Amino acid sequence: MAPARPAMRHRGLGLAALLALLAAVAPRSSAAAEPPLWPMPLSVKTSPRLLHLSRDNFSIGYGPSSTAGPTCSLLQEAFRRYHEYIFGFDKRQRRPAKPNSAIELQQLLVTVVLDSECDLFPNITSDESYTLLVKEPVAFLKANRVWGVLRGLETFSQLIYQDSYGTFTVNESDIIDSPRFPHRGILIDTARHFLPVKSILKTLDAMAFNKFNVLHWHIVDDQSFPYQSVTFPELSNKGSYSLSHVYTPNDVHTVIEYARLRGIRVIPEFDSPGHTQSWGKGQKDLLTPCYNEHKQSGTFGPINPILNSTYNFLSQFFKEVSMVFPDHFVHLGGDEVEFQCWESNPEIQGFMKQKGFGKDFRRLESFYLQKLLGIVSTVKKGSIVWQEVFDDHVKLLPGTIVQVWKNQVYTEELREVTAAGFPVILSAPWYLDWISYGQDWRNYYKVDPLHFDGSQEQKKLVIGGEACLWGEFVDATNLTPRLWPRASAVGERLWSPEDITSVGNAYNRLTVHRCRMVRRGISAEPLFTGYCDYEYKT
Amino acid sequence: MAGCGLCFSLLLAAAFARQAQALWPWPQYIQTSDSHYAIFPYNFQFQYHVSSAAQPGCSVLDEAFQRYRDLLFGSSSWQPPEPTRKQHTPEKNSLVILVVLPGCDQLPSLESVENYTLVINDDHCFLLSETVWGALRGLETFSQLIWRSPEGTFFINKTEIEDFPRFSHRGLLLDTSRHYLPLTSILDTLDVMAYNKFNVFHWHLVDDSSFPYESFTFPELTRKGSYNPVTHVYTAQDVKEVIEYARLRGIRVLAEFDTPGHTLSWGPGFPGLLTPCYSGSRPSGTFGPVNPILNTTYEFMSTFFLEVSSVFPDFYLHLGGDEVDFTCWRSNPDIQAFMKMKGFGNDFKQLESFYIQTLLNIVSAYGKGYVVWQEVFDNKVKVPPDTIIQVWREEVPVNYLKELELITRAGLRALLSAPWYLNHITYGPDWRDLYVVEPLEFEGGAQQKALVIGGEACMWGEYVDSTNLVPRLWPRAAAVAERLWSNKSVTNLDLAFKRLTRFRCELLRRGVQAQPLNIGYCEQEFEQT
Repeated sequence: MAPARPAMRHRGLGLAALLALLAAVAPRSSAAAEPPLWPMPLSVKTSPRLLHLSRDNFSIGYGPSSTAGPTCSLLQEAFRRYHEYIFGFDKRQRRPAKPNSAIELQQLLVTVVLDSECDLFPNITSDESYTLLVKEPVAFLKANRVWGVLRGLETFSQLIYQDSYGTFTVNESDIIDSPRFPHRGILIDTARHFLPVKSILKTLDAMAFNKFNVLHWHIVDDQSFPYQSVTFPELSNKGSYSLSHVYTPNDVHTVIEYARLRGIRVIPEFDSPGHTQSWGKGQKDLLTPCYNEHKQSGTFGPINPILNSTYNFLSQFFKEVSMVFPDHFVHLGGDEVEFQCWESNPEIQGFMKQKGFGKDFRRLESFYLQKLLGIVSTVKKGSIVWQEVFDDHVKLLPGTIVQVWKNQVYTEELREVTAAGFPVILSAPWYLDWISYGQDWRNYYKVDPLHFDGSQEQKKLVIGGEACLWGEFVDATNLTPRLWPRASAVGERLWSPEDITSVGNAYNRLTVHRCRMVRRGISAEPLFTGYCDYEYKT
Repeated sequence: MAGCGLCFSLLLAAAFARQAQALWPWPQYIQTSDSHYAIFPYNFQFQYHVSSAAQPGCSVLDEAFQRYRDLLFGSSSWQPPEPTRKQHTPEKNSLVILVVLPGCDQLPSLESVENYTLVINDDHCFLLSETVWGALRGLETFSQLIWRSPEGTFFINKTEIEDFPRFSHRGLLLDTSRHYLPLTSILDTLDVMAYNKFNVFHWHLVDDSSFPYESFTFPELTRKGSYNPVTHVYTAQDVKEVIEYARLRGIRVLAEFDTPGHTLSWGPGFPGLLTPCYSGSRPSGTFGPVNPILNTTYEFMSTFFLEVSSVFPDFYLHLGGDEVDFTCWRSNPDIQAFMKMKGFGNDFKQLESFYIQTLLNIVSAYGKGYVVWQEVFDNKVKVPPDTIIQVWREEVPVNYLKELELITRAGLRALLSAPWYLNHITYGPDWRDLYVVEPLEFEGGAQQKALVIGGEACMWGEYVDSTNLVPRLWPRAAAVAERLWSNKSVTNLDLAFKRLTRFRCELLRRGVQAQPLNIGYCEQEFEQT
């Protein structure tokens, strides 16, 4: 499974590669060149006409017919953020304006057309479309909802660059934009390694720069249970790495609100019945006792699916989860269930016989998951599950979302899941924890989620994808450079039109976008040899 | 004595001395016990022994005392503990340092002795070393021995350590050409190198991609060859700072100016230096390696290396000499004519040798020694017997161990890097592959093996800059550090994993963004700023 050691032994570059590199690095944002936007919008028209902006004379405000105004704190905060992203955080960088006749852009006027949704949470149907018209003396950003405004502000900020005199400059432009897929996620794993809240917030910042809109929070797993439950405090008291390695209700709330302000949904995953070793420490009798020669071995397997107490626990637990996490969806996991422990346990054997399951433990797994799905639907939540749940023929409620993660023939899996009428999220080709030498972002970029054999109806069921950064070898020390800009490749694939596929063009834009992230304080690693005007300073 | 004592010490470590498991790299000889002494920051001090050759005013040690004090206890001021807490355990209120030879203002060298003895028992808390460099190594070990109880009291166990490095050249290569590394990244790296007892910073300063070294004899090199002549350069002051910062940590700075290949960035600042490539009968506008047939080339090199020799005080310079691409030379009619005149036939290796030999003569006239990449040896350049050959290729032309055998059989000294290219990354705990390398596992007598003076972990910069340097380096480079410092018999991967896991958490505690080895946690995680 481990990626092959790089064939490249030479430590330097061949001459040809170097020339290609010089060609790629040389042209920086000249006036007529395509603006280095990431991800690429649906439609971009730029004119060679240049406008200048200055820190003190430029402001972002509301258009006269906007349904949202200064009382919308989501937008107020976004305006302040983007003003800083555009002009930089270091006030000393200010330089006298270049004495020339260029026209000044003084304002960006934002208009929300429909009910703004300013105080709501984003959801799977949120409208993120916007139009952006940059013209002297005022630019206009128009969107149906605040979510489109957030995406448009990001695009606007990416249009602005500093010319060789340091003057902030923008080309007159006309942009129409909306995402190709509604579900564009990043998975983080806070169980294999705990991630401090600051790291999660930083990730949300970078997600917004790349127009991601879902944080898939794989919050607990075998190794640790950092989620502090109000109903079952022992779960984290006993199951976390330490009492300082927990997410308090306040931490969770902070993450959710920070995400909301950036138009990002937070979908928590409480994976069961496998991947639950850490649950057992704080909840007695929840896990199946494994047997060795007619005796309990002292080790435990997946959640015990034959006890009423299990389902009582799950009902209460998911009731809490459904209140803590406002998103309509909860991820229930369901992957990689090991059957040996169930097989070893005589009571489970008895239950299997009584239910007529024979030796097919997948039926026991289905039994468990169906009850769990029922519990979750009674608390009015939708479910997302890993592909095994579908593969093992669990009866799913219509609308249950299946996440495809197994890399072998994932196109076939997409075909089957959508043929059965279920919505699907693709992750299989985007496991970013698998690292290798060189430019692996190119592989992520070349994937098209709809390149499988299926009808139009089927393809509509692909609601998006997620880049997954599992945590076995990742913590706060290396999370950011491992995620960015590699995840950016996935970000563009999920946002931009299907025909945006030129890897060469993507390389040029992504190189600039990487430097933009660095300038905004994200330690995004380099794509290749080269430099940024502002390097990352530790 | 060392061998047997070591077996014993490993057993000890496995059996009960939990705290010693935080040591990295593992000392040559260690004996520890469970009895321990309390240390109270409010009154603890580092002290020079009256008969020490180094005394207050010795910059290397004075500053080291301050550093280790801060590393151990932070910079806050400490109050005496409540008397009840003080009674139970015996206390140590100073580490007494005795350095035998003077030399506080010198630079470390390949010959520097780094041995030290550390004794912490009822009668002593004592660090003895021949040189200040040995004292630095001992201070690091001392700092790794101190642990903290859950109540916050510092302790050190009764311990005796005799320690010395297995190899005298333990290096780390950083590449500041493919990506510019801000000065702070370099200085921070030197700190972590000291924690790992590395003693050579191999500074691959310039290459095809950029020329950030600011030369005062040829300022155009940087002006035209750097990524940005204002922000992406190392000024004379920067270089001085790096050298002094390294010196204070017992680290040599080995500067590399790689020629005749890997020099594209030199071209714009010194027209005529590089070979014009031809396409058919015309110059194509592109350039190849340094032009070896012009007198002006050697005049330039004489002047340039005169500067370099005085800027970098280490006895050794690295002259590169790797991966010379012959295509451009082959295309150039002037070079073809020169080849004919010299009777080189079509063997461009002879032209390469011609260049390198002339360069070596220039540099040795300045009283410098040199290190070169293995191609110089492979291509049969005549080199003086004191040349050091650095082995970087894993399998070509032969396996790296075979290459070491060939180099040492020719009587030349060798450095190993081939299995330690840290820029090559893979999924999973690849530190193990770095750790299990045994540099002396080749055919040859003791005399031959003594010619392997050490090795270097290399972090080439194609995909590395200040955003990802630190987690990619640490703790992976630590695996190489232990291989180069510790006894040959220290090979147990499970023990290494346990110690390295703890050492990595200690690095986090010291503010180093060292990535995890595997699933788990540290009491103090890295906090994003």
